[in-house]
Amino acid sequence: MVRLALVGLGKMGLSHLSIVRAHPEVDLVGVCDPSKFMLELLGKNAGLETFTDFETMIARARPEAIIVATPSRFHGEIVRVALERGIHVFCEKPFCLDWKESMELSELAERKALVNQVGYHYRFVAAFQEVKRLLEANAIGTVTHVLAEAYGPVVLRPSGSSWRTQKAEGGGCLYDYAAHPINLLNWYFGMPTKVGGTVIKKIFSKDTDDEVYGTVFFEDGPSAQISVNWSDESYRKMSVKLSIWGTAGRIFADRQECKVYLRDGTQSAPGYSKGWNVRYTTDLTEAVWFYVRGEEYSMQVDYFVKAVASGSTENVNSFAAAAQTDQLMSMMRDDAQGVLPSLIASPAIPQKKRQLFRWLEEGGSNGSDAKFAFWR
Amino acid sequence: MEVMPNLLFGDNQFFGINHMSEEKARAQALQFQDIKEVFKTLDAAYDEGIKTFMCTTHDRVEEICDYVRANPNRYHDYTFYPCMPYAHKYANAATEEGIIGAIRKFAPESGAWSAAVRSGVSLVGKDISGITRLLIDSEMQMFKGLRTPVIFLQNVVVDLLLGLGMTEPFAVFSDHVRAKYNAEPGFITMNMPLLLDVLEDLKIDNPIVCSNINKLGFRMCGGLGAYEDALRERKFRAIAMSVFASGAIPASEAIAWVCAQPNVESIVFGASSSSNIRSTKGLVNQFWKGGNKLLA
Repeated sequence: MVRLALVGLGKMGLSHLSIVRAHPEVDLVGVCDPSKFMLELLGKNAGLETFTDFETMIARARPEAIIVATPSRFHGEIVRVALERGIHVFCEKPFCLDWKESMELSELAERKALVNQVGYHYRFVAAFQEVKRLLEANAIGTVTHVLAEAYGPVVLRPSGSSWRTQKAEGGGCLYDYAAHPINLLNWYFGMPTKVGGTVIKKIFSKDTDDEVYGTVFFEDGPSAQISVNWSDESYRKMSVKLSIWGTAGRIFADRQECKVYLRDGTQSAPGYSKGWNVRYTTDLTEAVWFYVRGEEYSMQVDYFVKAVASGSTENVNSFAAAAQTDQLMSMMRDDAQGVLPSLIASPAIPQKKRQLFRWLEEGGSNGSDAKFAFWR
Repeated sequence: MEVMPNLLFGDNQFFGINHMSEEKARAQALQFQDIKEVFKTLDAAYDEGIKTFMCTTHDRVEEICDYVRANPNRYHDYTFYPCMPYAHKYANAATEEGIIGAIRKFAPESGAWSAAVRSGVSLVGKDISGITRLLIDSEMQMFKGLRTPVIFLQNVVVDLLLGLGMTEPFAVFSDHVRAKYNAEPGFITMNMPLLLDVLEDLKIDNPIVCSNINKLGFRMCGGLGAYEDALRERKFRAIAMSVFASGAIPASEAIAWVCAQPNVESIVFGASSSSNIRSTKGLVNQFWKGGNKLLA
């Protein structure tokens, strides 16, 4: 049994709590939240050990692993304390609002050999996992461009009073919504070296952004456009989708299905043939032991629990992976504010000769479009 | 005891919900944009003898309720099985306003309660049941004057509470729908075997439980085997949903399999055309082995 505690009882915290309590290998030893109401509700009606203070919970409940689901602004501080005490951590997304802190915490977790995972649940959606397999198998040849989208009906009028609608708390469309397709781009293509043309705008919100658009450039890889809007009522709920163009075909994927057009039959993708291929969630998704709101939420928790139980620090959603997303979101924010995007040197990304310098060495001969893309 | 017909008409198709394809969901949302198209499809089901509509408390259901109320001669025997709440409206409101804000929005009568919550006053013990009742009443308003002999709690809420181990609201829900609406409580879940244990502990006897029951085992947590055992051995009234696993199982194979399961009282299905309604009904008539009277 894994002794697990949970911090933060908002929307995500409750969902995680429900899943971990139903997990046969978890002993839930405590929950922590500043809201006396939530604590009393759960303490009394669900028989949980409750705490208003995180450090007290750590000292008394002695968890070996925690789930952090507080407003994003508090992630860094709580995660650091936990790691320093030798506790394995699952943290909600986005990881840290300052990506340098994300990197530090990633290094700390690695140094201490602790399981570290961030809740980018789309990496557990079967259709997006299928995309990963197809890309790794080179099924659509060399990828040239990607469109990464997310839309949904969250902020539809001028109002809103939760932390998710406040920028300083880590709310807003960029951190709440765009983080997901951006994280998938990181998963498939790593860290881009450049961003450009970023637009981060309000539609209805007072304090934060409601739509995010921009282009990112992967060195020796594809370009990708990001298009995200959480004020789109035409969607019933959040919808994340990817369109990926390659020299040998195209992939479209969302939570429900993965559609692949192959120009030729491919040896590299068994079961796929020339022309259109469709794989549905009903075929791709493996059964989970307990379901609240999508298999992926159960799967990511189960994956974390099993990692803790086995001591495996290999993780598809590691802090290092999430730090890439934090860093890319920060680059987009800078770009949107008109800060000249600097080429980044990320320790996580092995860099060959950077594209800009190569372009300069070549005498800027890529034509006016390339020049515009670099210098805006 | 409400005798449930062996076919219930579901509503996913009307609201752009399709577990297999967003494209298909959008096509259906377009098809049913005009509420008259919804009425037409409900009428097609009605004319096939399928007169029970199992529906979410979605805003648009209110229009359907108005339509049925406005045509009492045609729909005198029409029955609704409301399923509450329509979770996305709460989830989106919670993102925007926080959890307490969402409760206040949908149960404005809870004003004093939520003010107390925010100021940290302890009201939890005695008012968790109060707030549950207020939310149920707020969801039931649209069905005023209509037949609602079974009222369901939606799976998102059932399964969230089930996982949390916070099961008292099931009893509150059960008591309230019986007392105030003279209805039987129903529970929708993706975790049927686990829920049955909990309902038994709560002494909710012979409960109506609606869950995915399909040949593929799609979204049947605990596994196909545990579901088959439960159907054979447990005392409950089973409604099968997602029998086609969103289209992954061919229709006749799907219906033949589900009809062969013991103790399935009803099948809930959605369809967008009269031909699909007719063919599903035909298959059920062909394969049904249960005790319920066959549809005409």
